[in-house]
Parts: sequence; structure tokens; C-alpha cells
Amino acid sequence: MKKLKPDPFNLIVTGVGGQGNVLISQIIGRALVNQGFQVSIGETFGLSQRGGSVQSHVRISQKRVYGPLIPEGQAQVVLGLEPLETLRILALYGRPDLKIIVNSRPVPPLNVIAGESLYPSEEQLKSALHDLAAKVWWLNGTAAAQKLGAAVMANIVLLGALTAAALIPLGQADLEEALAQVLPAARLKQNLTAFRRGLKLIQ
Amino acid sequence: MSFILTDQPGLEVLLQGNQAIARGALEAGLAWASGYPGNPSSEIIETLAEVQTKGRLYVEWSVNEKVALEGAAAASLSGLRAMVTMKQNGVNVCLDSLTTVALAGTKAGLVLVSADDPASISSSNEQDSRFAAELAHLPLLEPSSPQEALDMARFAFELSERLGNICLLRSVSRLSHSRANVRLGPLPREKPRAHFDTAAPFHTFPVIQKHQAMYDKLAKAREMFETSAFNSYEGPPSPELLVAACGPSYSYAREALEMTGLADRVGLLKIGTTYPLPRDFVLKHLGQAEKVLVVEEIDPILERRLKVLTAEAGPAIGTTIFFGKHSGHIPAVGEVGPDVVARALSRILDHDLVQVDADYKSRAAALAADLVPPREFGFCPGCPHRASYWAIKNVLAADDRDGFVAGDIGCYTMAIWPTGFGQIKSVHAMGSGVGLSSGLGKLKPMGLDQPVVSVVGDSTFFHAAIPALINAAYNQSGFLMVVLDNSATAMTGFQPHPGTGRSASGQEIGRIDIESVCASAGVPVKVCDPYDLSATEAALDEALQNLDTVQVIIMRRKCALVQGREGGFPYRMHVDPKLCRGEACGCHRFCNRIFRCPGIVWDERKGRARIDEVICVGCGVCEQICPAGAIIKETVA
Repeated sequence: MKKLKPDPFNLIVTGVGGQGNVLISQIIGRALVNQGFQVSIGETFGLSQRGGSVQSHVRISQKRVYGPLIPEGQAQVVLGLEPLETLRILALYGRPDLKIIVNSRPVPPLNVIAGESLYPSEEQLKSALHDLAAKVWWLNGTAAAQKLGAAVMANIVLLGALTAAALIPLGQADLEEALAQVLPAARLKQNLTAFRRGLKLIQ
Repeated sequence: MSFILTDQPGLEVLLQGNQAIARGALEAGLAWASGYPGNPSSEIIETLAEVQTKGRLYVEWSVNEKVALEGAAAASLSGLRAMVTMKQNGVNVCLDSLTTVALAGTKAGLVLVSADDPASISSSNEQDSRFAAELAHLPLLEPSSPQEALDMARFAFELSERLGNICLLRSVSRLSHSRANVRLGPLPREKPRAHFDTAAPFHTFPVIQKHQAMYDKLAKAREMFETSAFNSYEGPPSPELLVAACGPSYSYAREALEMTGLADRVGLLKIGTTYPLPRDFVLKHLGQAEKVLVVEEIDPILERRLKVLTAEAGPAIGTTIFFGKHSGHIPAVGEVGPDVVARALSRILDHDLVQVDADYKSRAAALAADLVPPREFGFCPGCPHRASYWAIKNVLAADDRDGFVAGDIGCYTMAIWPTGFGQIKSVHAMGSGVGLSSGLGKLKPMGLDQPVVSVVGDSTFFHAAIPALINAAYNQSGFLMVVLDNSATAMTGFQPHPGTGRSASGQEIGRIDIESVCASAGVPVKVCDPYDLSATEAALDEALQNLDTVQVIIMRRKCALVQGREGGFPYRMHVDPKLCRGEACGCHRFCNRIFRCPGIVWDERKGRARIDEVICVGCGVCEQICPAGAIIKETVA
């Protein structure tokens, strides 16, 4: 096995409740354990399922199982299912060599919908993320998932992009194996299509 | 595929903390599991319910934690290993039975799992349930990782059995809701057999002797803990500082020592058996250091026990300076993490923290402050609670007697916020809104002339609202109880309850209907569909005119998330831009500002409201709220 650098290697999956954040971290975790890594995932649950900000911390090591929380400034990769939520966590967990895969489709907070707060423009968000990361992939995973028939599969599309960008120590076959292990059989085919669509979003 | 019944000892798999607890119990030969849903504990029973087997393992969602404990006690007294699970609030609910079941003594292993919620991620309080160990004289185990959760759960049954006492296993959110590599152990093959020995009854008499026996049991537990593998020390023989930690705080402390490079100066004392403390083991290590930092989550319970041990040992271990929650080095509230421990270490040892690129941090903070608005909590698109509160808001406003809503525990608690139009004016414990309303409804002669509405969910109704409702009927209190019946324990993950007609394992059984329960107390009941706003408002209005006695309205509509899983709604919504008044006077984005459904967004460019087709689920309710009739409902299926 190739040596992991740094060890522990930290990934944050962030988004809004209901976007399938926990499922993504579970699939990645399953694939990592299959490959012999020591994994620890801090999931966020509860109230955050009801429209709030959600993040999962995925910690990968070849040494031992680390604690479930990533220390400040120690995220190597962020998989953002929603752009605002991606920018939100960088002050706490980001670092200059950070790499970001982000879904460009906004989910406006209720306070924005009500006209009490402003949602930043796409240009502002993009520029802020580029300013705070070594590399950013700005992808419309939701649009790709809608074309496949279900916007809710944006998370799986983005997982494909994360794999194609080779940001975590897992390949296509590893993740497809884990998808088959974690998802109910009836939903597997559709999700594999979404995953492979995501692979193609990154050239 | 779940690993819960995989019979391959030594296999390493990814398990959630709650699944690991369930697996550990199965490895110990669990025959009974009961509990009441509550984050972060719910997945333990859910996991076990999937593998319920007649004659081998019985699993139930009980109506509340007290009954859940009593059911588990029945199994223990009949010779079956049993587990009961709950969140911290549940420990309060079952406390009366807990103290007496423990005092009377148990037979087969009986384990109570309490999952606490530091930082109150999904709770109405931030309570430390470990107080129950001292109060009820129970041995206490605190796992630090999913692996240890499995190991401790398995051991807890043996411990309980050797002592004849309930064993308390305390988890926290970051353990229950974390996943990690876990090595499986063997599953037993023996079939359990239940028998209640009538020659050896269980009761608390004579109380004095039984009370003494509790102390004797704790002394025995302490002896067992002196050599327990759940306790360990790593670090130099005479450290400058000793960090004593339990639960996930141990993993945070271990990482903080790596991050700060202080491992050669600081010792780490891991304590897994936190009550009663293994006195000799702990004192041996306390005696090696003059300074001790205690790291734990929620209240400084371990810290106080260590201080007591130190005081009792006196000059034998020298003077010890304690740091922790009392000294302010660990925050009194909220959760611990590696950074919290690293900051405490650097303060105590005057050691410079290795900072993340300070320039990066300040740029990122500035951009977030500039661009990132908060994200307010809200009911899901299509949530029936939004519709129910809309009707309640309108009727209370039109009634104009300063009427108000006493809230309760569930998704619908969110009506303290704008998503439920700020309608709820009090929230306490499960069922408390009804109890409070029963009191408020008696205050008219003292001048309280405001109409009182209590809201309670369907699962909460069965859990704790029935005694309060009967109290109100008996004492002739006058208020309106609204049951927000979405046919699920939605907040915690759609667990079934007596009103759903399904058991924990999904078996179809008879429904216990809420209207019959209310009617049996002589309380008038109406049922309505909250999606029909005008009918709901009419029912509310009528009830409010007649509050000399308690009345019930059941607002019944399936949770929108459940409806979504079952095929969704037959409507597609759109906004007619010609009819939409946008920001014009007399409307000014009424749907956006007031109704606040995440499915109706604002199209800045066109200056009109718009349905977000990704978010809208098509419940159709908003068609009724637009003053211009611009929201159009089309039937698609």
C-alpha cells in the first residue's frame, strides 16, 4: 500500500441536511476499511437534518484509529455538496494546500429566502474558494444528477468527481465495490450511473 | 449489508458506535433490548430490531424509558441478559425505577446505555447522565472509541451479573455517531431460557441492608476495576503534567499530545471505569505528577472524584494542582475536541501552540464574515407542521386575546423559530407542554384570560402526555391540546410507536388510536388534515371559543419525508409571474418572508417568487397562502 501523506489524512464532507452527507462518508469509510485503512468518521445528526448545516469528518490513517473530530486547520480535502457551506467551514478547518470539490448548486437558507440575509454571487463564492484553496473543482453535480432523473443523487455524482480527481487513496473499483455493499440493491444501478457521470466531470 | 450478525471472529469492519454497542451486547448473549428513541441513542435498538429472532432475542420500542427499563428488568430477573437504551433525558424519566431496581438487585446481566449529547447537537438540554451512577450506586463504564464500545458493552453484562447490579454504559454523540474500524468477537450459540424464581423474590426490603449491599457491590466493582484493561497509562514515569481523560476525550487528549509534541513531558491516564474509580491504580499515577489536567465531557464528574481520592490519600501522594472545568482550562459547556485539549496543555505548560497559517485563518474568517450568512433551522419542504402552525398563527392572531402555544419535544419544537412563526412560547421536557397547559388552564380566576394551546407530537403523546391530559380532564382545566400526528417519531428517524400499528421490527400490529385514548377520558376530539388550511382554521377557531374544558384537535398528516419515500405527492407547483406581486406594497414577498418554505425562493433577476424544483416536494399547501393566487398547483399523477 502506498504511504499516506499526511497521516492522518482528513476529508470533510459538508452540505445541508438532506443532501446525503452521511451516506457519502459511510461509502468512503467502507471502501477505506476494505482497503485496510484505519478510519474514523464523525457524523453529524439530529437537528441538522432539518435544513441546517451538516458536516462529516473522515479521518484516514495507516497507524491507528484517530478521534472523530478533525483538528482546526487540518482538512486536506473538502467535498462540498453546497457552495455556501463549503466556504463556511474554511476558517476553522481550511489550510493553504487544501483541495476542494464543490457542487455549484446553491441551497439558499431560509433567512436568505425571507430577504433578511444575502446569498453571495457565484463569482464571489468562486473567487473566495480559489483564494482559500490550492485547487478548486467547481462542478454542477445537481444538474448532472437531475439529468439522470434525481437531483438527490448529486452527492454520488460528486463522489465520482472526488474519485476521478484522485484526492483520496481510493480508485473507481474500490468505491464501486463499497457502493454495492452500502446501497440497497434496487438503488444500485442508478447510483452507479451517477457515480460514473461524476467521474467524467473531471478531465 | 450489515455486519451485525457476521460470525467471523477477528474480522475488522466499519461500525458506528451505536452498532458496536449492539454488537457487543449480542456477543454477550443479549436476549432482550428495549428503549425509547432519542438522539444520539436510537440506532442501538434499530440495529437490534433488524435481527430480532423469536425465542432468542426480543427487541421493542417502549412507550417511554421507564417502561423500557422495567421490561429489561423483567428479563434480567428471569435470567435473560437485557439492555435498555436512551438519551440523557431518558435517564431522568426512568430514574425512579432505576434506583429501586438496582436496590432490589438483578439476576442476569442488565445494562443501561445512556447516550449523552455534549454541545446539545440534538437535545433540549446538555445534561450529564453520569450523575445516575452515584445516585443509584451503579458501576459506570465510558468507552472512548467504537471498538471499546463493543468491548465494554460485552463486558458490562458480565460485570452486572457478578455484582447483581445494573451496569451503566455511557456514550456521547461523537461516539454513538462515529464510525470506525471495529474487530468482531464470537457470537454465542446457547439459546436463552427464562424462568422467574419465586423462591428468591426481588424487592427493596429490608431497605437498610439492601442499601449496605449496594456499597458492598461497589467495593467489589472497584476491586475488579483495579486491573481492568479499560484503564491504562502512557507517558514518562514522572510527567510534568498528568492528563486524566475518559470517553472520547481520551482520543482528543492523545491527539493533542501528538499535535503539541508534548508526549515526552506529559503522561496520559485513560480511565474507562469511572465509577467507582480504581483507587489504587489512579492514586499510583496521581502520585507521580504535581499537576493534573482532567478532560471529560459535560460536567466535571471525574474531576471531582479524582479530587476526593486525592484528599482522602492526603500527604501520601503529595500536593496536587488540578486543572479542568473548575479552573476554566476546559470550557464548562460544549464539547471537547483535540484543539480544546491542545489549548489547555499550552496554557498550563506555557508552551507555544503551533498555529495554522495565521494569515490564511484571518483571510478565511474575513471572507466568511463578509459573504456567509447564517443558516436558520427549518421544517422540511412539505412538512405538515408548517401548515399546522400557519393555521394556529392565523387563528390566534384573529382571536386577539393574546393566546399562545405551550410546546413540547419533537421536530415541532422548531416553532420557537421563524420556521414555525415563533408560535411556541414554552418548551421543557417530553409531555411538559400538556402539563403546563393543564396548570395554565386553571389560572382564569386569577386573571389569566388568554387562550392556551398545547402542541404535542404523536410519539410524545404516548410517552408522557397521557397523564397530563387525564390530569386536565380530572381537574377540569380548560385549554386546547393539538396533537401534531405525523405518524412517526420523526425527529429521531421515523421509529414506530403505538399509534403507527407497527412494532420495532416492522411487524404489523394493531394501532392504538389517539382519539380513542382521549375520548376515554371524556375529552372531545376532532381530527383534521393540516394541509387543508381553511378547515383546520375553522376547527381551531371553534375550539378556542369553548375553552371551559380541555379539548383535543388531532392534526393528522404523514411526515413529508416518509411521504417522499412512499412515492411523494401528486402535485407540481409553479408561480405565475404575471400574478405574483413580488415586492409590491401589500404583499412584499409574503410567501418568502412569512411562510418561509425552502421550496419557494426569490428570483432576484425577475423580481418574482419562484418554485425551486430541486427542493419543492409538491405538497400543495402554498397554493392556499398566496394573497394573489399566483402559486399554482398542477396535478401530475
